[in-house]
Order: sequence, then C-alpha cells, then structure tokens
Amino acid sequence: MSIISTGFLGRRTPTDGKLPPGQYLTTDFPVLSAGPTPHVPVEKWEVLIDDGKNILGRWDWKSFRNLASENITADLHCVTRWSKLGTSWEGVSLDALLGDIQTDAAYALVRSYGDYTTNLPLKDLINKQAWIAFRFDGKDLEPEHGGPARLLVPHLYLWKSAKWVRGITLMQQDRAGFWEGLGYHNYGDPWREQRYSDDK
Amino acid sequence: MWRVGTVVGLHDETATARTITLQVPDWSGHVAGQHVDVRLTAPDGYSAVRSYSIASAPNSEHRVEITVERLPNGEVSPYLTQHVAVGDRLELRGPIGGWFVWRSQQAEAVQLIAGGSGIVPLMAIIRSRVSAGNTAPFRLLYSVREPGGVFYHDELRALSEQDRSVMVTYAFTRAAPKDWSRPPSRVDAALIAEVTWPANLAPSCYVCGPTPFVETVANFLNASGHDREKIRTERFGPTGERK
Repeated sequence: MSIISTGFLGRRTPTDGKLPPGQYLTTDFPVLSAGPTPHVPVEKWEVLIDDGKNILGRWDWKSFRNLASENITADLHCVTRWSKLGTSWEGVSLDALLGDIQTDAAYALVRSYGDYTTNLPLKDLINKQAWIAFRFDGKDLEPEHGGPARLLVPHLYLWKSAKWVRGITLMQQDRAGFWEGLGYHNYGDPWREQRYSDDK
Repeated sequence: MWRVGTVVGLHDETATARTITLQVPDWSGHVAGQHVDVRLTAPDGYSAVRSYSIASAPNSEHRVEITVERLPNGEVSPYLTQHVAVGDRLELRGPIGGWFVWRSQQAEAVQLIAGGSGIVPLMAIIRSRVSAGNTAPFRLLYSVREPGGVFYHDELRALSEQDRSVMVTYAFTRAAPKDWSRPPSRVDAALIAEVTWPANLAPSCYVCGPTPFVETVANFLNASGHDREKIRTERFGPTGERK
C-alpha cells in the first residue's frame, strides 16, 4: 500500500510504452561516473579479449576501425531514472569481435581505462545486442561520454555500457563488477526494474 | 524495500532549498555520502521517484535528513520543497551507493569540493566526522553562486571557528560579499592550488556537483598530481535531480 501525497500531480509524458517502469524522459545526455574522466588518445588505445589466461583477440585503433561498423539506434535507460530515446550511434558489433573466438565461457567482465568494470552474461553480448561504439550523433564520442570508445548494451541499464572500454575477460564463473559489488543489481534489466541488489 | 518516514522537521536553507528531516523507525543505518530514493504517489496511483543525497550523519535515532533544491521544471522537487508539511509521510528506499562514502574509521586527510547543492553529501561527511569525534584534517572548497545560496551556513561557520582542523573556503561565482578578496569567478587551477590539500599529502578527495563542475575540478585535481583512485565523484546532469 503506497502512501498517497495529496496535491502531488507529477509530470506525465506519453511515451508509447517506450519508457520502462520508474523512468522519466530527458533530452539531455547526463553524465554519471565514479571518478575523473580518463583521456585516452587513440594512438595508445587498444581493446583486448582474454579468458583470464590468454589473449584471444587484440585490436589497436586502426585495426578496430577497419572492422565493419554499423549504425545503431537505441533507447538508453540509466539506473538514476533518466531515459533518452532514439539515440544514434556508430560502432562495431561484438559479434564481429567475438566471432572467431572459441569459448565455453558463460560470463564476461568488461574492463575500462580508469579501472571500471561491469559483468554480464556472455549471451547478452552476442546476437546483435552489443557494440563497441565510437560515434554518437554523427560525432566522435567525447571522453566524458566514454570516448574514444565505449560498450553499448542498450537492453540493460546504462552502467553496463562501460565507458572507455579496454577489454573483455571471458569467464566460466560470474564475477561482480564495480557497481554490481556496491549494491546494484547483477543483471540490470530496466523492464524488470532490476536497479539494486535486492530487486528480483 | 520501501520504508515509510514521517516528516518531523522542515528548514529552509535558501530561497529554493529545503531540508526535510524524516523519522524512519525501521531505518537500517547509513554511511556518509549515500543517498536515498524518495517516492511520491499521486491520488490516482501515478508515482515518481528521485534520488537525494542524505545530509545527516549516521545516527542511532533513525533520522534521515535530505536537502532538496527546487528545480524550475522538476517533477518531484517542487512538491518536496513547497508542499510537504510536518507530520506527512513519505516513502523512501535505501541507503544506496557504496562508492561515494566516507567512513568514520578513515584517518587520512580529506578534501571536499562542492558545487552548489553538491554540498549535501559532503555535509553528511563533515557531520559524520564531528559525531564520531574523528580528527582527520578536513578542507572544504564550496563553490556557490552567491552568499544567499549557501546551505548550512551557520553550522559551517561555527564548525570552522571551533575546530582549526576543518578549513572552509567559499568560491562565489556570480556575486561575492562586499569585502571578499576574490572577484566572483569559477573555481580554477590557481584556487585549487591555493586552498586545497596538496597531492603529496595524498588526501581522499570527494567532488560533488553538476557534471561540468565535477568534470573540471576532477581534471584539475588529476593534473595537479592527485591519484585517480583518490578522487571520488558524484555528478548530477542538467535534468538529474540526484543531489
């Protein structure tokens, strides 16, 4: 039973069912991160895929950018309750990066410059669900939004879309990432409102 | 889990910001720097939730204080700052957040840097230091538009007068008091160098405010030699009501 606040009206935005529960629309692009923004020049940038022991794939900026890229239109949902609909990105599908890698891993730990991490099931990174994005709205991705390149996994809350991505470790066992170890939900499905660790 | 808090105190900090004190019988306790989600439900069942930093120190009285700044086009903050009355009940969830926190066992020097209502979680840290009898050297740099926009003014003044190990510096960005030595301007590298702990002291730095403020300040700190892992940030976007 909720407590009713008489006199509270709220601001109701019609959203055609595009807004997950508990979210509100914004047209800005707020920034939330836990520390200073890392500034990584593309000459020094690389992204690695490993299994904790061996490097399974490695791309510097040039070889990464030589991979086929895609235009992506995505709705973003941040756990701090803002959503931004219909954003435009360009990025490389993780299907392209993971395609030649043989693995029986079920989980992935995504690592960033600046030591941020986030974990998710490997199955959420494949089948056209995840990209490493390097352009937003037609422009090179700015550092404060994760540039030069960030993970984009729009079907999960935005903290899973790690900014400043530098690598993905494939794992047999799940391991909590940064926010997942600090009280946030392990999976983070916005449609099931999985914000905090005690949400089902 | 949503808990019910009863409003037991209201205090206007400025013309647009109000502190709400809630009595929450089943409050599990919190750590300075954490926030709560507050849920408002309209008579027809529509509800909206926003996050607010806790302003109060951890305490045994099950009291939680938040300070809410009224945003011109806010959905929740106008109600919380203008309509809530003593005796009202509000739903809250938390405490939330395990990163932007200060624990009273910490002994190292602390540098707090606030932009506007970003002072709220930093005030919880200062109050936590006082209530725990912690003597770690503290410095606060508080950037605010004008003298009338300062939250917790008397408390901060009393504190820095009584305790020489807490140093408070204001940076006024639009209008300064008449006898103020620094003309109104944003926090810059020179001010950071002058009034904050030097990097060689390895202080823990907590920076909270609007995104551009936090970006700028965190970059200054990083550039002046503070290790990245010693700089914790909490940002709120142009529309975010997180305080």
